[in-house]
Amino acid sequence: MISVNNLCKHFDKHKVIDNLSFEINTGEIAAFLGPNGAGKSTTMKMLTGFLKPSSGDITINDKRYTDSNKSAIAIKSSIGYLPEGAPAYSEMTVYQFLKFITQIRKIPKPKRAQAIQSVVEQVELEKVLDKQIENLSKGFKRRVGIAQAIIHDPEILILDEPTDGLDPNQKYQVRELIKNLAKDKLIIISTHILEEVTALCNRVIVISDGKKCFDDSPEALRAMSPYYNAVSLKLSYLSDISGLLELDGVAEMRHDKETGLVTVFPEPGKQILSQVSTHIQLKHLPVDMVFPHEVKLDDVFRRVTSYSFLENE
Amino acid sequence: MTIWTIFKRELASFINSTVAYLFIFIFLVISGVCTFLLGSFYERGQADLMSFFNFHPWLYLLLVPALSMRTWSEERNSGSIELVMTMPVTTLQVMIGKFVALWFILAICLLLTFPLVTSVNYLGEPDNGIIMAAYLGSWLMAGAFLAVGMCMSAITKSQVIAFILALVTCFVLVSMGSPLITNIFQSWVPSIVLDNIASFSFLTHYENIAKGVLSLNNILYYLASICFWLFAGYRIIEIKKAD
Repeated sequence: MISVNNLCKHFDKHKVIDNLSFEINTGEIAAFLGPNGAGKSTTMKMLTGFLKPSSGDITINDKRYTDSNKSAIAIKSSIGYLPEGAPAYSEMTVYQFLKFITQIRKIPKPKRAQAIQSVVEQVELEKVLDKQIENLSKGFKRRVGIAQAIIHDPEILILDEPTDGLDPNQKYQVRELIKNLAKDKLIIISTHILEEVTALCNRVIVISDGKKCFDDSPEALRAMSPYYNAVSLKLSYLSDISGLLELDGVAEMRHDKETGLVTVFPEPGKQILSQVSTHIQLKHLPVDMVFPHEVKLDDVFRRVTSYSFLENE
Repeated sequence: MTIWTIFKRELASFINSTVAYLFIFIFLVISGVCTFLLGSFYERGQADLMSFFNFHPWLYLLLVPALSMRTWSEERNSGSIELVMTMPVTTLQVMIGKFVALWFILAICLLLTFPLVTSVNYLGEPDNGIIMAAYLGSWLMAGAFLAVGMCMSAITKSQVIAFILALVTCFVLVSMGSPLITNIFQSWVPSIVLDNIASFSFLTHYENIAKGVLSLNNILYYLASICFWLFAGYRIIEIKKAD
């Protein structure tokens, strides 16, 4: 379990992380979401022990980096980390690099070959095993980074933009890999890809300007959209549809004259699709199409990370 | 175990690059030129290696910063410092592993000058104990140069700047014991102050070593210098690693 309390980080006078607190448990895949410079990578660097917090407290599996050198080493041993950009020793071959990681991670000698073989199969690195890392494509470099992060079968996996630079097939493979790994692990990923959050994570922590501005499930994030559970319908010709407003659970209705699309908004927490459909059938309204309005996570993201939202929070 | 792993990686990284062979080749060529042309090895007509060892401070001044400049600069530039520092290791272990690997390479460079020892033994009857003591002293001094270079490499992401900083710092540390420099300040700086400053110079402590006199005082001086500069580098890395 990771427990973060009142975490702050200053670079000179600039406050990068401002009083951040959260807890993440085993079995959770948490996404750090936020605009560039929000403090996601800085938080990850502090969680992995690369940076020291200016103040606040990080407890990982009941240990703290500040307790002793032994505690810090024990915490680092339990974490697999993919830094941003997947840095590696580029002059080494993939095999040499993974072998070095097994040594520095103190994997027992008889188990090293098995550990390397296992990750090579998991991340599909067979073809490039004897190639120098500097000659690999961005996608393969990222996969080497993921391989080194999971080679010691860590309890905690922290991945900074794990699918950045991968093609759609590779992204799918990495997401599947993370899902498979998640059963008995605690996973934190940072991403800009909002769809990745819904595809992969069961928890979202949105960080903006170093502050936590949202911490809940991806579904709860979607629910922050005004279009959540809204229903759109397209009329064949102009007709009186004011009756829709009187339906139970309907809060508002908007008519876009350009597209001819009518959007019916529900009261918070209400589902209105079936009521709207039934009303259309009963009243024989001239409707061509009825469909749930698509929630654009981009809009929710902009709203949640906006200055005014932060101020209100 | 961790230091050994870092040591092996650093050594392999160096040996796998052409820079290693180039460095050793240049070291041997320059030390040969210094010994035979500038040091008048044959003309002196003495069965010792003074003409070889006398030039070592200046040889290291030029070459060791070139060896040490990439140690931390490259790690910080490529971001691999974030990878290695989030492994179950301490900064000090990484620092020591890197240092020992490069110090080992300098030992190989010195060992490859063995034809000089066999030559001088063939030509006369030198005191091989003195020669061995001078080799040990020279290697200790090389370690001190290396520690300075690694500390400078910790300051910046640029290898060129790391090289220049190391060169300048090592030059100051060597020249403050050189009579050429101390004579300039003699007229207006008290001699006690000058003597104290000179006592911190790599050159002052090496003068006796080149003659084959390896005292405990000199050994401790170089070991203390190595520890001091490595610790300074360690502190700098702790502060600047995220920059």
